[in-house]
Amino acid sequence: MTDNLVEIVSIISAALAVGMGAIGPALGEGRAVAAAMDAIARQPEAAGTISRTLFVGLAMIETMAIYTLVIALLVLFANPFV
Amino acid sequence: MENPLSAEPLFHIGPVPIAEPVLVTWALMAVLVGLSARATRRLSVHPGKAQALLELVVTTLDAQIRDTMNRDPAPFRALIGGIFLYVLLANWMSLVPGLEPPTAHVETDAALALIVFAATVYHGITGRGLKGYLATFAEPSWVMIPLNLVEQITRTFSLIVRLFGNVMSGVFIVGIVLALAGLFVPIPLMALELLTGAVQAYIFAILATVFIGAAVGDDADRPSIDTPDTQDPPP
Repeated sequence: MTDNLVEIVSIISAALAVGMGAIGPALGEGRAVAAAMDAIARQPEAAGTISRTLFVGLAMIETMAIYTLVIALLVLFANPFV
Repeated sequence: MENPLSAEPLFHIGPVPIAEPVLVTWALMAVLVGLSARATRRLSVHPGKAQALLELVVTTLDAQIRDTMNRDPAPFRALIGGIFLYVLLANWMSLVPGLEPPTAHVETDAALALIVFAATVYHGITGRGLKGYLATFAEPSWVMIPLNLVEQITRTFSLIVRLFGNVMSGVFIVGIVLALAGLFVPIPLMALELLTGAVQAYIFAILATVFIGAAVGDDADRPSIDTPDTQDPPP
């Protein structure tokens, strides 16, 4: 049990990191999409520009979630303490 | 499960181990150079299909670079265009059965980001002179010098991790879903990966343009900025 305690804690912390790190980007993406919907509803002729900017912005936002995923993978596969 | 942070060497050339991303990168380079050389060997005023396609790509690139930098895109076209086309094709390499995208390994992304970093410094020095480029680190005041130095490193690092994380997570998730659910289930995820790969290639190229443009700075002489035939087409 105590031999692989570090591994157990690593797996739990990786899951926690991804789960909690996904909350912020999810809220942010929700707000971004809602704002884009609002803008398209007000100005349908600008839908092309808005959705192109939206995709780039969404990719920027979800980079934050990707950072936590990379941290989780570092903890799982390149853990310096195992 | 396979470790996404390490690459197994396939064979050795002398003392140098060659892994799969290197081979795929060489193949991509050969394909890009070969197709471009073939399509541009007989250029004509009335273009064929291949030449028209290449002209469309170059015109769109020029328009994007001009929109972002407000400068003549000619000195940056080769670098930005090469980065964009390479990253796009590399991200879509997961469509070929048995291959992984080279950008799903952190070394490829690190090399690309270091190229962008070196190009930033080079264009900054050639655009403003050594003294002028170093002076930009003291903007808006000398208090910001440490922050500006740190920013150079962190934005290069985030360029690496952004591309690596996005592409690698796509490969990883498709692998996990395939192992859990079966043969045809991950196809929608792979379609999503096509979109993600294209968007990430676009973002990488645009960020490289923004970084280089910030290093070069705005100056008065902007030749051929308002050529009407290369405007962004309406969406």
